[in-house]
Parts: sequence; structure tokens; C-alpha cells
Amino acid sequence: MSVVNPFARYGMRFAALLYLGLLLAIPLVMIFVKTFEDGFREPLEAVTSEEGLHAFYLTLLCVGIAVPLNTIFGVLCALMIVRDKFPGKSIINSLIDLPFAVSPVVIGLALFLVYGVDGFIGGPLDDMGIQIIFSTPGLVLATIFVSLPFVVREVVPVLQEIGDDQEQAASTLGANAWQTFWRVTLPSIRWGVTYGVVLASARALGEFGAVAVVSGRISGETETLPLLVQNEYDNFNVAGAYAAAIVLAILAVLILLSMNLLRRRSSGDEDEELGLQVVAQPAKEV
Amino acid sequence: MGLRAPFGGEVLVRGTVLMWLSIIVLIPLGAVVFRSFDEGAGAFWEAISEPEAVAAIKLTVITSLVIVVINALMGTLIAWVLVRDEFPGKRIVNSIIDLPFALPTIVAGLTLLALYGNDSPIGVNVTYTKVAVGLALLFVTLPFVVRAVQPVLHELDEEMEEAAASLGASNFRIFRSIILPNLTPAIIAGCALAFARAIGEFGSLVLITGNIPFDTQVASVYIFGRIESDNTTAAAAVAVFLLVLSVVILFALNLFGRWRSRHERG
Repeated sequence: MSVVNPFARYGMRFAALLYLGLLLAIPLVMIFVKTFEDGFREPLEAVTSEEGLHAFYLTLLCVGIAVPLNTIFGVLCALMIVRDKFPGKSIINSLIDLPFAVSPVVIGLALFLVYGVDGFIGGPLDDMGIQIIFSTPGLVLATIFVSLPFVVREVVPVLQEIGDDQEQAASTLGANAWQTFWRVTLPSIRWGVTYGVVLASARALGEFGAVAVVSGRISGETETLPLLVQNEYDNFNVAGAYAAAIVLAILAVLILLSMNLLRRRSSGDEDEELGLQVVAQPAKEV
Repeated sequence: MGLRAPFGGEVLVRGTVLMWLSIIVLIPLGAVVFRSFDEGAGAFWEAISEPEAVAAIKLTVITSLVIVVINALMGTLIAWVLVRDEFPGKRIVNSIIDLPFALPTIVAGLTLLALYGNDSPIGVNVTYTKVAVGLALLFVTLPFVVRAVQPVLHELDEEMEEAAASLGASNFRIFRSIILPNLTPAIIAGCALAFARAIGEFGSLVLITGNIPFDTQVASVYIFGRIESDNTTAAAAVAVFLLVLSVVILFALNLFGRWRSRHERG
């Protein structure tokens, strides 16, 4: 710290804090101010209205189905990427990241084309009376798509780091594959899995673009919380939009807090300041 | 090395993983590409060279490039302040960096609207302008460069900088000759991720930009409009453009990462 002259140091600190304040902190505070400037009654009524409660329920339903499924997939996939060997594995490893790179609207379009009534999977399903697009299953599919890579990307580096010595020891001592997984592998990757689950939940809770395409916006039926925010805003019910947004903002802040706790817990280092591995680092060769 | 997963078989795990990935991701994305060429290459070209589509793509790519440059500068500056500076409340500042990842994009748009909208408390109204597009993109891409540069800067030895300073190098000289060369790969990686995110962004833009064709309508909003008016060929054509661009960036970044780790090992 002695290297940089104090004038430059204070200048840079000021510039960084000003930028963060104007872009992140003040707008976030403003949304709380705007929501509650006329008291608590109106936002509370908007949130507990039938529409609001249904949107909340639907959002939780999507997260509740998508995240557990992606967690199972994520652990299996990470085990495959780290421990298995077969031709084409590195291609699959790259394809896993596609949901990070693809625009949410393109994701929605993709699901619409396959699972809509004119799609080659959606068509036959529709004949059997199963509707995917413009219905709850479509929302769940979109949520699964956008939150797919998180657990994989958190668990892969952990598995690489721990190696398979302990697993080999366990199987030498007579443990079967299932016992080895539950008693040895899973305990050592649990923080990676948890962190991945938190990130996936954050993304799943707030997804807008992909869900907007496949929802058809049937109010009180296929409307999640993020969709409700836009719908209320477009209908000039600004108070209702802010009320729905505040619920999501509070959830986001809770997620942010648990991310920080987990990061310190998993690294065991109070000074650890490394950010989200999953987005900050390109996938490494495996 | 065998796979010691449960259910007793590598093949079963491979099959499950590949099936899940296909049903959710690969088949649907394949369908977008298929749909865009469904009516021949001529129809694809016609759809993508339509003036409204061209304007949307141009706005998206140019704005994304501009905000990536701002991100490279401000992201590196913020990372430096968070690693090398000490001040009260630094931990809190460090944790709000991730806010754009945690906050739903539609809420991000609404928060910006609260401060820079019609009844802005500071008297700055950017709604329905290109500035709004840039502002929203800056919000959602903020963490990428910061989080890419931070760990590298953290590991960078301060002694080198001290040695340079004791030999009479100026602050600027130290930054240019010692810090910057070490950070460049991380800055590039962060910028690439930010660019890939920016060209596809949708949720944070819909409320604040007004989505005016030929003015503030970005590519993803254009695609959304075409889906709603049941013109999936036009939607798929522009979608394929975005898809190819982001996949190329993703693969280039993967190659860059591999090259870097080989380079550092050797």
C-alpha cells in the first residue's frame, strides 16, 4: 500500500465507490423507498392479493422442481466429467455451459419450437392432452434450462481437488459403490453442492425472458413473480409492481448473504475474497 | 480410472447425463437452428437483413462493445480498490458486487427506473433512450470483470511493485509495466463473459428502454416481438445470429483458458 501515493489511492477509492453507489446501491435503496413511501398497507395488499399469492406459489413451484432435478443431474454430470473417460467428453463439458451463453429469449424460443403444439415433441403430447407451452410444465422446463449448469460448475473443481484416493480406500475396504458415494464422496463435496444450489435458486427465482416466452401470460395461472412485476407495471399499477419486486429483492439479498457465508465457510478463510468461480473463470480443461 | 458413482455403471451415468442435456438444451437449440433454415437459406438471409432486424442487431453489438470497454476500466479499478485498498465497510462493498447476479433482471430494470426514470429524485431521466440500454447492460454485467480480476490481483506479489517504486518508477509506470500485463488475461476473460451476457440481455431492458424499433430495440426484444406476432422464422434467424456469436465467444474463451493453463504450467 505504501507504493501508491495517497492522492491517487483516495481518488480511485472515491471513483470506485461512486460508480458502485450510482449503479447498484442507490437504485436498490430507491426501490425500498418507492415501495414504502405511502405506507405498508398498499404493498402488503398487492402481495397478498390472490394474483400475488399465486405468482409467489408458482415461482416457488418452479424452483422446487427445477433445482432438485438439476442438483441430481449436476452431481452425476460432475462425477462423469471428472472421473469418467470417453471420446467426446470435452465436447459435452463445453455444451454444459450453453445455458450461460444463450439469451433467455432464445431459450424460450427453443422450448417453444419443440414443446409447443406445432413442435415435434409438443405436438404428440398435445394429442394425448398434455400441454407444455403456455402452461406450468413449460415454465418448469424453462427454469430447468436456465439453472442447469450451476451445480456442475461448482462441484467439478471440488471433485478435481479431492482426488479419488479416499474413494479407492473405501472400496478396498469393501464398501460398495453406493456406500462409497454416500459416506465418502458426498460429504466432501457438500459445500460445493450447496453453493451450486444457492446460485441455481437465485437464477431460477428471477428468470424472466425464457419464462416470458413460454408462459403466454395468463394472469393468475401462468404468471410467476418476475412476470407479475412487468404486468403490473404495464397496467400502470406501479405500486403493485414495486410490491412484487420487493419480495424478489428481499429474496435476492438473502441469497447474497448466504453466498457470502458459504464462501467463507467452504474456504475456511476469513479473508477469502474470491468471487463466483462459476462466472469469473472460463471452464478449465479436464 | 473407473467411475465410482452409484448405480454401478459408467454407461448408465453417461446415458442419463446425455439424455437430460438433450431433452432440455440440445434438441431445443437445434430446433432453433433448424427453424431458421427451414424455408431455405434465402429466407434466412431475408429475415436477418430486414432493416428492423439489422438496426436491432447493430444497437445490441455496438452498445455491448461500449459497455465492455467501460467494464474493463471500472471493473479493474474496483477490483484494485477491493484488493489493495483498506477502508471501513470494504467487506460490505465486496459482497454487493454480486448483487446483479442475485437480483432478478426485471427487478434490476425497475430499480434503475426508480432512480433514472420519469420521476427521478435526482432529475436525471434516461428512459426510452440509448443511454438506458447502456445503463441496464452496465448493471447486469458489473461483476464479470471485477470477479475475474480480483483473484489474480490477490495473488500478484506486491514486492515487485515495491521494488519498482524504490527504483524510482512512477505509479503510472508501475501500473503499466507490472500490474496491467499480469491482469490482461483476466480482463479479457471477464470482458468476453460480459459481452456474451450483454448481447442476450432481455429482462433488465424491457421496462426502461421503451423498446422503440430503429431506436432502442435490442436484438432479444426484437426476437420476443417476432415470437408474439407468430413469425418464428424471423425470430429464429436473429436468434441463430445471437446463438452463433455467444457460442463462438464461449469456445474461444475455453481455448484461451486451456492455452493459458498450459502456458503457465510449461
